[in-house]
Amino acid sequence: MIRKTIAYASLIFFSFLFLAPFYWMISTALKSDDEILQYPPKWIPDVLHWENFGNAWMSQPFNLYLENSLTVTILTTIGQLISSSLVAYGFARFTFKGRDFLFMVVLATMMIPWEVTMIPLYMEFNYLGWINTLKPLIVPSFFGSAFYIFLMRQFILTIPRELDEAARIDGAGSFQIYARIIMPLMMPALILVSVFNILGTWNDYLGPLIFLNDQSQYTLTLGLAQFKGMYEVEATGLMAVTFLISLPPLLLFFLAQRYIVDNSAGVAIK
Amino acid sequence: MNTESVVTHKQPAMTVQPKKLKGRAFLTPYLFILPWILGFLAFTLGPMLFSLVMSFFDWPVVGEVTFVGLDNYVNMFTDDPLFWQSLWITIKFALLFVPLNLFIALFLAMMLNQKVKGSGFFRTVFYLPSVISGVALAMIWAWVYDGEYGIFNYLLSLVGITGPDWLNDTTWALIAMVIASLWGQGSMVLIFLAGLKSIPESLYEAASIDGAGAVQKFFRITLPMVSPTILFNLIMTIISAFQQLSLALLLTGGGPLQSTYFYAMYAYDNAFKYFKMGYASANSWFMFAIILVLTFIVFKTSGKWVYYEGDNRRGGEEA
Repeated sequence: MIRKTIAYASLIFFSFLFLAPFYWMISTALKSDDEILQYPPKWIPDVLHWENFGNAWMSQPFNLYLENSLTVTILTTIGQLISSSLVAYGFARFTFKGRDFLFMVVLATMMIPWEVTMIPLYMEFNYLGWINTLKPLIVPSFFGSAFYIFLMRQFILTIPRELDEAARIDGAGSFQIYARIIMPLMMPALILVSVFNILGTWNDYLGPLIFLNDQSQYTLTLGLAQFKGMYEVEATGLMAVTFLISLPPLLLFFLAQRYIVDNSAGVAIK
Repeated sequence: MNTESVVTHKQPAMTVQPKKLKGRAFLTPYLFILPWILGFLAFTLGPMLFSLVMSFFDWPVVGEVTFVGLDNYVNMFTDDPLFWQSLWITIKFALLFVPLNLFIALFLAMMLNQKVKGSGFFRTVFYLPSVISGVALAMIWAWVYDGEYGIFNYLLSLVGITGPDWLNDTTWALIAMVIASLWGQGSMVLIFLAGLKSIPESLYEAASIDGAGAVQKFFRITLPMVSPTILFNLIMTIISAFQQLSLALLLTGGGPLQSTYFYAMYAYDNAFKYFKMGYASANSWFMFAIILVLTFIVFKTSGKWVYYEGDNRRGGEEA
């Protein structure tokens, strides 16, 4: 009994700590510019200033940034779904020379800090004339990503091989087996990878920061960071835009919660 | 060559004559993993080797490139106080953040493991901050910490504490970053919870029969059983501390007086602010060496922490 009480008390206390910054963001976003300067701070604004959202959003080319963010997010997700699944299928379903070594290399690349490749990648993309375009953010996703390859390979290993063999007897080739049998059965893994990729790309800051200079190419995270640096910006507007930009990841998380929560815990332990 | 070979590997699908296909079948698996091989060469291995070469040169973005041998590395250790300072700040951050993070996450996971009602709700709450962008996180916390109107100091004042001006105080800015990072790492709770759930109930029952108390059970069963998870997370968190960049850039800009000038930011500035690409490459490789050593420790001790779920099926044979 006492143990449960302690458990509930601490969980509720920590939940408050975890939720308070979110609440503070939303309540600030809805306040008037005078209200945020009051002390002690007001938890609930007298009047809800919904117009803050529209005003702050329209004060900068956030619509343009949104377009850029959407472009990158959608294209990288398509790229990862195609390329990572092909590679995962190759590793999961064939025995070939060097397979185990190559798969070790795939796993090893997950450990390489981004800072090591950041500088030469910048120079490589600069040489290709890709700096200040969205290409450096999009193109690499069409060549697979170690973590997604790993996730998909693990999933394919759980699909019974008998299905492949039956299809092969019916005359299907390897690519057809991949496209007609493995891909449809792999839907949960595809959803998981999409969710991870959408969250990762939408939230990415360092990639856009390094590869984009021109405001017309900015993604939302860059736009938000720049917005903060502006002289006349009020906390109300800043929190309003922060909230709007965080909304899609939060909604996606609620929709796909089952997948993320169960899998992230499982993957991390393996 | 690429498109051509894709076509050739498609053909065997139409005619089932396994014997003749040996040569083509040999290529098939390589064609499937080809995207990764190309990407690995172009975006990982190539840049890495290039970066290693650059680290032995004086390499400005514009202008003459000169070979300097080990000078970049030597200068870094002997002639650059910022190198040592940023390294120390990074280690200090890790020393503060890692134990706190592990302690809080393990504690909350144990509370969740008490078969509480609404555990789904709590899990969601702890995970929520790790879903949003690091930029959004920094924006929120900059406002939470605000010296005049911030909610953080207001809450502290309710319990009689006068908080510092967090982000503008050389002593407290780093602590402020630790707290903000803890908020973003609540997902660790779920990793521990999965570890706790894997401990067989029978162990606790047996201990109870032998008269063990709650404290004994924690130190004799729970802690040893989740120690693999702890070790794994420990190393992973230290590694990620070395890559701490966006929070420093956005929350404090490395300040005040470079009190939150992390190692990654130091390397970033050398590259993209001062355009010393060769020197910055040497910085990166030194960091990589540290991470390699840490990773090596993980693999050396992997026998202790690697955890296989019961239904690992065919997955086990390779890895």
